[in-house]
Amino acid sequence: MDAPRLTVRQLGCERDHRMLFEYLDFSARNGEIWQVTGANGAGKTTLLRILVGLHGFYQGRVEWSAPLSPSLLYLGHQPGVREELTARENLEYSRALSGQTGDPDAALAALDLYGFEDVPAGRLSAGQQRRIALARLWLDGKDVWILDEPFTAIDQHGVAALDQRLRQAAEQGVLVIYTSHHRVGDGVQRLHLGEDIEVAR
Amino acid sequence: MSAPSLGTVWRASLRRELTLIWRSPADIVQPLFFFVVVVSLFPLALSPKPALLALVAPGAVWVAALLAVMLSLDGLFRRDQESGALDLLLTAPVVSVVPVAAKLLAHWLLTGLPLALIAPLLGYMLQLPVAVLDTLMVSVLLGTPTLTVVGAIGAALTVGLNRGGILLAVLVLPLYVPVLVFGAGVVRTALDGLPTGGLLAVLGAILALAVSLGPVAVALGLRISAGD
Repeated sequence: MDAPRLTVRQLGCERDHRMLFEYLDFSARNGEIWQVTGANGAGKTTLLRILVGLHGFYQGRVEWSAPLSPSLLYLGHQPGVREELTARENLEYSRALSGQTGDPDAALAALDLYGFEDVPAGRLSAGQQRRIALARLWLDGKDVWILDEPFTAIDQHGVAALDQRLRQAAEQGVLVIYTSHHRVGDGVQRLHLGEDIEVAR
Repeated sequence: MSAPSLGTVWRASLRRELTLIWRSPADIVQPLFFFVVVVSLFPLALSPKPALLALVAPGAVWVAALLAVMLSLDGLFRRDQESGALDLLLTAPVVSVVPVAAKLLAHWLLTGLPLALIAPLLGYMLQLPVAVLDTLMVSVLLGTPTLTVVGAIGAALTVGLNRGGILLAVLVLPLYVPVLVFGAGVVRTALDGLPTGGLLAVLGAILALAVSLGPVAVALGLRISAGD
């Protein structure tokens, strides 16, 4: 079996004098999908921010087998879409910044944004703005996807397409870690944050 | 996996930042408007006597320019932070100095540079001799990039705070003092008919220091703000 891409040892994080989680232990491999669940305020977003290196105040260890940033596709809690820019401008900027490859227009079309490429994002709905950010998943070149609430504000049809895309990527060897309240599908590893931390296969 | 070249990131960032400011014209007009209004209030408040106005002109123009730059910086990173674009920048596989430097350059081009271009007109309005106006413009031209970069360090450190405006002023104003002293000093020296090369060189040296080290400090400041 491959060596784990991500190893987390005895991870703990305190926020405002409250332990969000502690003694968190798990390891994840390429080709796996991990869903992080937990009540509001359980520390899901903080955990993802620790994993990508944005949040530095924690105990324990987070080890990536290879440098993370060239492989990382991170979608934060906010979609990272500027309202003044059009859908295409937003996507082209994030593509250039992260060094992804692929056709932005095709990625936008895959998310039903065909015809909206040149509309400023501020004139689109919350769900469509979210889709602009998600279009990065249809570009190539990244093999660790860390997604904070990717299903938020997405309609049923979009959720199905996204779910299919995550599975397809995992088959190609991408490690996907996302937070969501949605039901857990088959073949998804689950990490539950809360009173008792649970790692289920 | 794939990492972009620095040139690609620089070009994409510069294009994005220029587009962003260009599409919200208020961000360009507001500092310029503030600058013009503050300076034009001086003759009304003091007296229209040419000798008196020429005496206060270097200081008045420079204080107004300094405050105009500082006011423009409060929101420099705010919308990027609220929209999550800042996290994108910080997790990108390039040193964040590159997109940060592009942002600072774009900001200065569309807010600082107009101040320098209109400064001679305001100096003329305050009865400065025409021979001194080019020195005034050059001093503002050399000074405003320093003010932008130094102020951006404060803006980066206060981006996570709700009402960071006052804290930004407290952090940044003491660092603005040398630029103000030398900037207004150059114009006064020119008024006295003395050579200004030395003082302009000092302004240039401060600028070189700010431009070379400032973006690194801004990038670090953003990282610190994001970590909380």
